[in-house]
Amino acid sequence: MFPTPVQKASPWVRHAYTIILPVALIVWLLPLIGVAITSVRPSSDLAAGNYFGMPSRFAGIDNYTAVFRDSPIGWYILNSFKVTIPTVIGAVGLACLTGFALAVYKFRANLLIFFLFVAGNFIPFQILMVPVRDMTLKAGLYDSISGLVLFHIAFQTGFCTLFMRNFITSLPFALIESARVEGVSEWRIFRYIVLPLMRPAIAALSVLVFTFIWNDYFWATVLVQGQHAMPVTAGLYSLNGQWIAAWHLVSAGSIVAAMPPVLMFFLMQRHFIAGLTLGATKG
Amino acid sequence: MSSTVSPTSGFWKRNQQRLAPWLFLAPGMIMFAIYVIIPIFQSIWISFYDWDGLGPKTWIGVANYVELLDDEAFYTSLKNNILWLVLYLLAVPAGLAVALFLNQTVAGIRLYKSLFFFPFVISQVVVGLIFTWFYAPDFGLLSALIKTLTGHSIAILADERYVTLGIIAAGLWPQIAYCMILYLTGLNNINPEQVEAARMDGARGWSLLWHIILPQLGPATFIAIVVTVIGALRSFDLVSIMTDGGPYGSSRVLSFYMYEQALSEYGYRMGYGAAIAVVLFMIMMIFITLFIVRMLMRERHA
Repeated sequence: MFPTPVQKASPWVRHAYTIILPVALIVWLLPLIGVAITSVRPSSDLAAGNYFGMPSRFAGIDNYTAVFRDSPIGWYILNSFKVTIPTVIGAVGLACLTGFALAVYKFRANLLIFFLFVAGNFIPFQILMVPVRDMTLKAGLYDSISGLVLFHIAFQTGFCTLFMRNFITSLPFALIESARVEGVSEWRIFRYIVLPLMRPAIAALSVLVFTFIWNDYFWATVLVQGQHAMPVTAGLYSLNGQWIAAWHLVSAGSIVAAMPPVLMFFLMQRHFIAGLTLGATKG
Repeated sequence: MSSTVSPTSGFWKRNQQRLAPWLFLAPGMIMFAIYVIIPIFQSIWISFYDWDGLGPKTWIGVANYVELLDDEAFYTSLKNNILWLVLYLLAVPAGLAVALFLNQTVAGIRLYKSLFFFPFVISQVVVGLIFTWFYAPDFGLLSALIKTLTGHSIAILADERYVTLGIIAAGLWPQIAYCMILYLTGLNNINPEQVEAARMDGARGWSLLWHIILPQLGPATFIAIVVTVIGALRSFDLVSIMTDGGPYGSSRVLSFYMYEQALSEYGYRMGYGAAIAVVLFMIMMIFITLFIVRMLMRERHA
């Protein structure tokens, strides 16, 4: 193990480590801690210049109620779910099919198609912006949830295909071969042999895509204009414009908007990290 | 498809293996082609036109690109993009450092690792707002610290000298967390026998890290560099949230400038915006090609 475990080091180092660890964490999360405390500060504290001391009283309930009551943030969050959940289902579903095709069959264009998916996943969004916006307008889907969902599904298919293809490649191929010898149809091989083995990959990918889409801001500003379809990222930005210097509300709003992916991460941590680090051990 | 009995089922039986991959690929490929592959070419095509997004397009050849050459704001954005790229890569060694610091087995270390990773899970909009508050003169935590330390108050996001650095620092926060998690996974998979053998031979500290550990972390480093380069060139959210390109356009990057030209109150110059996007795309293609070549070599090896 590297570095040397502190248990093997001198007692002095061991004690230093147990002290430095929490201090480092607090410094690392200082901006976040500051915002969390600000979100429970009464507005009178801000007016009185008490920005960093203990809040004079706990105003968390007031602030969070005010955010939900006086702003459409609840609606924005609902929109985010309406965009994110269908996208996860669509992109992961399509990638199960494409990943299977690219991992199991040997045909001439295989690698070319695979790298097209990989490369497409890395391009700057701006090269797509004008045509995608135009196309969405012409299809009558501008400023709608479905317009956003369709684009996200298509774009995420690139990353998801990369992920699924690599995952299926690591499965034992003999399983598929023996099924073929038995005369099992290709669809049944996919449906009853490979798909059940893909569960961990589906879980990991779903959590990742959920976070990516929930946190998307660029496409939410390009493809949506009005409140009715606006996801919480773009919504928070517009609320920030209204809450000038009302930092207790901005902070509370930020925490509300960050909550769903954070909960997702803590509940599904193992899957999340497995997905994110796929390839970090064997590239 | 298994129960139909007809002449076609014979055809299907014979050609199943050859046709199946295309049937599996079709839905995903069609979506990807419509929304990703074709729009790239459409953008390149639009960049040769003068177009407001609604009316007729006027072919103007390379005029948009010629205009770019004389555009002060374009150079500012390009310069900032290079700054982003260089400084953002600090996330890779910094992530390694944090990973080495956390790669211990003391009580509660799992929770520590998750909490260090935390900033990556939060949306960039929230990160941007958090840092805007952190930097805000008078009531931001960092400005207060700077003021007590130096006696001067600095409005980081309103100062042309510091604004881009301030935004990059905000971006490094989640990016370091991302690199950290890649390295933690890499460290977890290091061959312990090799490390022990090197220790027997008297390798310690830096030399052990450099000669034994880092080579084994190669795949993690590769991915960390890929995601960091892409992240740096894609930077848009933080600029938009924290400064809207200001003050006086000094914190613009290409992705933001493109958006501003194509879709903002300054006018709907789709052609000009597309030209900026094409430049950004070309820069990105250099890196994408390098990544693909490396992946291709690995595929050939496997």
